[in-house]
Amino acid sequence: MAMLEVRDLHVAFPKGKKTEVEALRGVDLTLEKGERLGVVGESGAGKSMLAFAILNLIAEPGRVSRGSVTFHGENLLDLSERDIRGIRGNRISMIFQDPMVTLNPVLTIGTQMMETLRAHRRISDAEARKLCIEGLKQVAIPSAESRMEAYPHELSGGLRQRVVIAIALLTDPELIIADEPTTALDVTIQAEIMALILKLCRENDVALILITHDLGVVAEVTEKLMIMYAGKCVETGPTRQIIDAPTHPYTSGLLKALPQNAGRGTRLYQIPGSMPPITALPTGCAYHPRCERATERCKAEIPQLDGRVACFHPLNTAEEVQ
Amino acid sequence: MTGPIVETKGLEVRFPLPTHFLSREKPMLHALNGVDVAIQPGESFCVVGESGCGKTTLGRAIMGLLEPSAGEIYFKGQRIDGMDETTRKPIRRDMQMVFQNPYASLNPRRNVFETLAEPIRHLMPEKSTSEVRQQVEDVLAATGCDPSWQRRLPHEFSGGQRQRIAIARALVTNPAFIVADEPISALDVSIQAQILNLLTDLQAERGLTYLFITHDLSVVEHFGSRVAVMYLGAMMELAEAETIFETPKHPYTRLLLDAIPKLEGGSFDKPRTPGELPDPVNPPPGCPFAPRCPMAEARCRSERPKLRTLDNGTQAACHFAE
Ligand SMILES: Nc1ncnc2c1ncn2[C@@H]1O[C@H](COP(=O)(O)OP(=O)(O)OP(=O)(O)O)[C@@H](O)[C@H]1O
Ligand SMILES: Nc1ncnc2c1ncn2[C@@H]1O[C@H](COP(=O)(O)OP(=O)(O)OP(=O)(O)O)[C@@H](O)[C@H]1O
Ligand code: SF4
Ligand SMILES: [Mg+2]
Ligand SMILES: [Mg+2]
Repeated sequence: MAMLEVRDLHVAFPKGKKTEVEALRGVDLTLEKGERLGVVGESGAGKSMLAFAILNLIAEPGRVSRGSVTFHGENLLDLSERDIRGIRGNRISMIFQDPMVTLNPVLTIGTQMMETLRAHRRISDAEARKLCIEGLKQVAIPSAESRMEAYPHELSGGLRQRVVIAIALLTDPELIIADEPTTALDVTIQAEIMALILKLCRENDVALILITHDLGVVAEVTEKLMIMYAGKCVETGPTRQIIDAPTHPYTSGLLKALPQNAGRGTRLYQIPGSMPPITALPTGCAYHPRCERATERCKAEIPQLDGRVACFHPLNTAEEVQ
Repeated sequence: MTGPIVETKGLEVRFPLPTHFLSREKPMLHALNGVDVAIQPGESFCVVGESGCGKTTLGRAIMGLLEPSAGEIYFKGQRIDGMDETTRKPIRRDMQMVFQNPYASLNPRRNVFETLAEPIRHLMPEKSTSEVRQQVEDVLAATGCDPSWQRRLPHEFSGGQRQRIAIARALVTNPAFIVADEPISALDVSIQAQILNLLTDLQAERGLTYLFITHDLSVVEHFGSRVAVMYLGAMMELAEAETIFETPKHPYTRLLLDAIPKLEGGSFDKPRTPGELPDPVNPPPGCPFAPRCPMAEARCRSERPKLRTLDNGTQAACHFAE
């Protein structure tokens, strides 16, 4: 059995008195120990919903309306709040775009790290302190000892995010879910932090779900990839394969639209229109109004994921190449 | 016209910071430290650099939205810094800005027609009501906005649509020069391509000159004619866009290029030395980049390197660039 198995996950929000809209419309994923998965999609595609739903953290009025999240054989969605706390922030750590979601502004870095560590296991103050300083050094924070006494506002955005990573690693997690961990940071700081996450995951055999809208970042860091569109996974498979030979027209369009894939001064390939809001999904394939391969069937029927792609007319497939 | 359309000489901008009540010192934040640019008509002059390096400040100073502390600014050969509002009015028509955040830059209570009519009424008071209406309709058509948008409010539009409206507003007085401050950073990949194409088309149709501010070097490679790399309020390198990617001369430019995540991968595998931006209130005495520079020697920490022209025509501010 895989370490993490997500099956047919749906998240719904009430719309008016009687109806609901779905932010997640049936997502599956499998993650083995130490595997790194990238989740890519445009704003509103449901990436954060997926992360929150896996941790059973969907806030009211939203709810997981269907599906299961099995972690080592146990459905996290059935656990009591008390039991899931033993997993969340422990065996599964989270890193969010805004480090202040994790950090408490009125506590020093040291206090917060010691609390996390001591909630996780019984050790002496001196021992905990030593491990925290080691943790800060591991994420390349200069003068780690004195930073223990610092408050979050005394650190730059890049340093704060490194502290969050240090905290995420304190509990020796098996899985890290990182939701746009570097989107708010400069490119050079992003490169440092992603290089660090990659190295730590590799060295400690930690699995990673990396949520981002940047295909370059997933290409650098992950081995598996999932492309989301309007609450569904439209394509999934090995990262390299998808980037080299995308099969979903949306994935292909995204890659072609990148400036690095266009000649200097030429017009860029552009996908017309924009992703529909979840309250106004078109019939059939949600991508059909923007798709250059769409046929009548695409307007009427919803394509299901066949292991790799959810599309009636995929590209780069065996038949396509013949 | 011969000569640059926009030129700055020794441009400095300092912001006074709140004084500590016990201290007699007046701390100053050095946002721009002697910037010289000469932007030629019809080009896309790109400014890149990390958060806080002074990109927006440069754009705003050129637009006359803030007063420089020292230096000179010329527009079409005429000196415009320190000009009073009445004299500046005809010039404002000719230079416009697209602001960094498409969500904050449009007045939420003003419909699209009012948003677009306001600059004409203010800067071209000679226009009749029907001429204003015509000009608004023309600019909507030119920027790919639907005529039916005119009576709608900003919150009814997506990010990409709002950015089109912001571009339409900048163009409505038929300017020759546009400062575009991170016009695509807040947008999704598929929408970024639409807006970049729009800017390219408008430039071809109207012979526009752009000062294009971005932190994304892959956009510069596609879109830019020349590029200025800024660090801590100063120009580190100025080169043809084609040249800078082939032969970056400044160590900071190399650091930036190395940090770009690539579809081929490999960027995040190298170990990276963590770097923090120096404090713009107390900039280092020598080269501003010295504290992060892998090549720095004693001379770099005491003597500030001047921008020099190298054999290949690139200008770089590094003692060791050649
Ligand atoms: N409280 C809510 N009520 C109704 N719909 C919601 C609510 N919160 C989120 N949504 C919707 O759920 C969908 C998925 O949102 P989600 O935050 O997962 O997107 P995302 O892919 O993480 O986007 P981003 O890249 O902007 O973070 C969006 O269409 C959003 O509008
Ligand atoms: N009105 C102001 N008062 C005081 N300091 C300011 C003001 N505007 C900008 N600064 C400071 O000037 C420096 C340059 O800011 P600027 O906004 O030009 O940077 P930027 O390169 O545009 O950054 P970003 O990429 O984050 O937009 C920063 O240190 C900023 O904090
Ligand atoms: S199912 Fe049809 S509309 Fe949807 S992506 Fe495939 S070809 Fe395009
Ligand atoms: Mg999100
Ligand atoms: Mg800015």
